[in-house]
Amino acid sequence: MSAAAFTDEEQMAVVMARLLRGLRHVAVGALSPLPASAALLAQALDGQLQVTILGSKRYLKFTDGGRELFDCAAQGRIDAFFLSGVQIDGEANINLVGVGDYAKPDKRFPGSFGSAYLYHLVPKVILFRQEHTPRILVPKVDFVSAAGRSPSNVYRPGGPRHLVTGRAEFAFGERGFSLVSTHGGASAADIEASTGFAFERAAEVPSTPPPGAEELAALRGPVKAAVAEIYPAFASRAFGG
Amino acid sequence: MTRLVPDLEALLEPVTDGCSVAVPPDYSGVALAATRALLKRGVRHLHLIAVPQAGLQADVLIGAGAVGTLEAAGINLGELGLAPRFTAAVEAGAITMRDATCPAIHAGLQAAEKGIPFLPLRGILGSDLLKVRPDWQVIDNPYGSNDPIVLIPAIRPQVALFHARMADREGNVWVGVRRELMLMAHAAAQACVTVEEIVEGNLLDDPALAAGTIPALYISRIAHLPGGMRPLGFGEEASDEAALAAYAKAARTEDGFQQWLKGWLA
Repeated sequence: MSAAAFTDEEQMAVVMARLLRGLRHVAVGALSPLPASAALLAQALDGQLQVTILGSKRYLKFTDGGRELFDCAAQGRIDAFFLSGVQIDGEANINLVGVGDYAKPDKRFPGSFGSAYLYHLVPKVILFRQEHTPRILVPKVDFVSAAGRSPSNVYRPGGPRHLVTGRAEFAFGERGFSLVSTHGGASAADIEASTGFAFERAAEVPSTPPPGAEELAALRGPVKAAVAEIYPAFASRAFGG
Repeated sequence: MTRLVPDLEALLEPVTDGCSVAVPPDYSGVALAATRALLKRGVRHLHLIAVPQAGLQADVLIGAGAVGTLEAAGINLGELGLAPRFTAAVEAGAITMRDATCPAIHAGLQAAEKGIPFLPLRGILGSDLLKVRPDWQVIDNPYGSNDPIVLIPAIRPQVALFHARMADREGNVWVGVRRELMLMAHAAAQACVTVEEIVEGNLLDDPALAAGTIPALYISRIAHLPGGMRPLGFGEEASDEAALAAYAKAARTEDGFQQWLKGWLA
């Protein structure tokens, strides 16, 4: 398979879908086409996974209004969720509010949405951001929408476990981020140069396994069709084949 | 007393300058025709509460200078990206921003609904939201020990303003599974609603409809206004994507927005 046989989005979706294996219920926030693709791919390959997608009619089975997702998460009924950020730092703090001084920002973004809450309560939060640059992956976020870590006395069954970018996959643990693999043969030194925070890595960092034939077939078939109902523009550009 | 009023002017009497107004997200039934009527009347200094996020309606109200304070977990134009008049207003310091997180807005309204001063909520600890929201307090869980938990004060909007599928002549309003609208109506002092349709009979008489119906007890005024959410969609009706894209493009600049607004209010 040549390097151009799949898109960057397909690679990211496959990496994120692999992280959902064996779970019961994954929820996807509004305006998250890549996580929606990953969740639906994981479901296509493992029929047991329940997928909730905000903004979808077909994949939203709630009947108690906007509050229900959050109540559900606090009870432990959601195993995984995806969050992103305009900035993400080495402590896994995420910023969805703005760049610069809060009171008079250089650049304002939409806001924290449910992040400050779900980051604490959903056991496996997968951070994602296609752009992998020092502008996004910073040493310290300008505003903490949701904190990556909490003191030991804070009730926190959930938190960040993974970060998937357009170039690499990281794990997050007590010692911070560690590089798991790089996509498409990027060198670990390339990744270090594009990342604004320090992370651990082995001497030899493996390449991310590319999408397999079964994964690509599911992505370009049922997953693309389902995603197109919610995100038509994304579906028409992000999938190859 | 009938709650049905003949026009938007009568519907919107409770929305006075400086009023706190709760509004739903773009998918849930946004009263845009009513919003246009408010702007034509020249409403000012609104305290807008997005439940828990908003889009086009908030951006237009902010761009038109009608908002003094905004409380929201997020403002954007959906797939069309940033809400440009919102971001410009915050960058310029032109509005007072009360940043929130989605479940905190739900919790504040739930406290109001129960007539209690606050509700506790998990999460949030460690977020800078606690720095910019000094009204959110942290206490030690009195039923545990060394277990900090955040308290969200009640949010009691003066008015809940939204668009719904149908109402009957008794003043009952059907919202189906859009129960954030029910929460808003319960929490607010008054609910002002535009509806697609006025149906004969009483919605509460049909058990299949009653569960998704806001009883007239919580409703102040209803105006029959088919299409009152356009160009946003609603239920099975799709959004007018071309109109929304035209807005997003125009609103990128102050001049473009003012041109768009002039056309919208004409």
